[in-house]
Amino acid sequence: MNLNATLIGELIAFTVFVLFCMKYVWPPLNGAIEARQKKIEDGLAASDRAEKDLELAQKKAAEQLKDAKAQAADIIDQAKKRAVLIVDEETLRGQQERESIIAQGHSEVESERNRITEELRKQVATLAVIGAERILEREINQAAHSDIVEKLVAEL
Amino acid sequence: MAAEEVTLSGHIQHHLTNAKMCSTDTGLAFNKACTDSGFWTWHIDTLAWSIGLGLIFLWIFRSAAKKSTLGVPGKFQCFIEIIVEFVGDNVRDTFHGKSKLIAPLALTIFVWVFLMNLMDLIPVDFIPALAGFVGETAFGMDSHDVYMKIVPTTDINMTSALALGVFILMVGFSIKIKGIGGFIKELTLHPFSSNNMFVQIILIPFNLLLELIALVSKPFSLALRLFGNLYAGELIFILIGAIGFMQLPLHFVWAVFHILVITLQAFLFMMLTIVYLSMASSDNH
Repeated sequence: MNLNATLIGELIAFTVFVLFCMKYVWPPLNGAIEARQKKIEDGLAASDRAEKDLELAQKKAAEQLKDAKAQAADIIDQAKKRAVLIVDEETLRGQQERESIIAQGHSEVESERNRITEELRKQVATLAVIGAERILEREINQAAHSDIVEKLVAEL
Repeated sequence: MAAEEVTLSGHIQHHLTNAKMCSTDTGLAFNKACTDSGFWTWHIDTLAWSIGLGLIFLWIFRSAAKKSTLGVPGKFQCFIEIIVEFVGDNVRDTFHGKSKLIAPLALTIFVWVFLMNLMDLIPVDFIPALAGFVGETAFGMDSHDVYMKIVPTTDINMTSALALGVFILMVGFSIKIKGIGGFIKELTLHPFSSNNMFVQIILIPFNLLLELIALVSKPFSLALRLFGNLYAGELIFILIGAIGFMQLPLHFVWAVFHILVITLQAFLFMMLTIVYLSMASSDNH
């Protein structure tokens, strides 16, 4: 249990070990640990940020979806209104057209009737004249009494 | 000589004796030839085991350092980093100065002392018996004349060397931080101080005595605590090993308990080193 030269040997060994550790062992190990800690810290911060971004994006997306839905509903509403409007307009126009076509038909029928009446009058007049001629052939000249016949025709 | 070995005390004595080496007039001499060689005796087993274990420590940690990545670390790197971080945390918590030396010093002390203490768990007769066998067959020595003490921390020279190293650092830090004047002032003007010049001069010897004792007791306590714990543990292992088959349960129990002791002593040595150096480098007394 006596102190001897071993002490010196161990002291030298101790010094060398500590110096070696200080130069080649501690700095790389501790550096790696600290660098990794930094990296993890950054990673965690980034993930936090990403989470927040995601939340924001989701909120935004939901908002946009809501907007889009509202817009779509609006558009459909408008379209429906417009459709009703168009149907109404067309119905009105159709009715008008119908009425005008009917009116035209009426007037055509009227004018035809007039024409035919006129014709019939003329034929009746002619027939009457022919009849009268036949009757009068025996009595009078056709030319002398044509003015009376024409007057009759005008009165029809 | 043979008669001495059959007794229990002889057996224990044999286990507790270091292998010695010294130079005499006729060249290198070993063991019993060195009993009178005085200071210039080398405990070659202590030296070999401690330096070997120190190299293992450095090799393991250096290889981990070389392979260390910033990405996902492997299991080996994790294990090494746990130790490094453990030591680093303790240093950061305790030592409030800035020094590139403290953390590697603490790591070296912790792991090295732990490894040396760990040798205590190898059954006490294995390696001495092996060494005796090798000595007898290879070198033709009397196997009782081959000494092999494999736990370097049970050698007071080992623990004293560590403590002395720490002590030198303590003094060095004190002088570096406070200057020689500051260091001397710290030794002479505390704990008793007076505003009266005359009284102060009278108080200086008392202060010096107290402070010197306080200063010197630190390395002594470091060296003797580690040595005492491990020496006692080793002695009990040897005693248990000497009682025949009943030793197995006893040995197991003591070994399990000793796992705590060796770790605790390594940790204590490291912590006290940090604390002492922290005290040495702090300005306020």
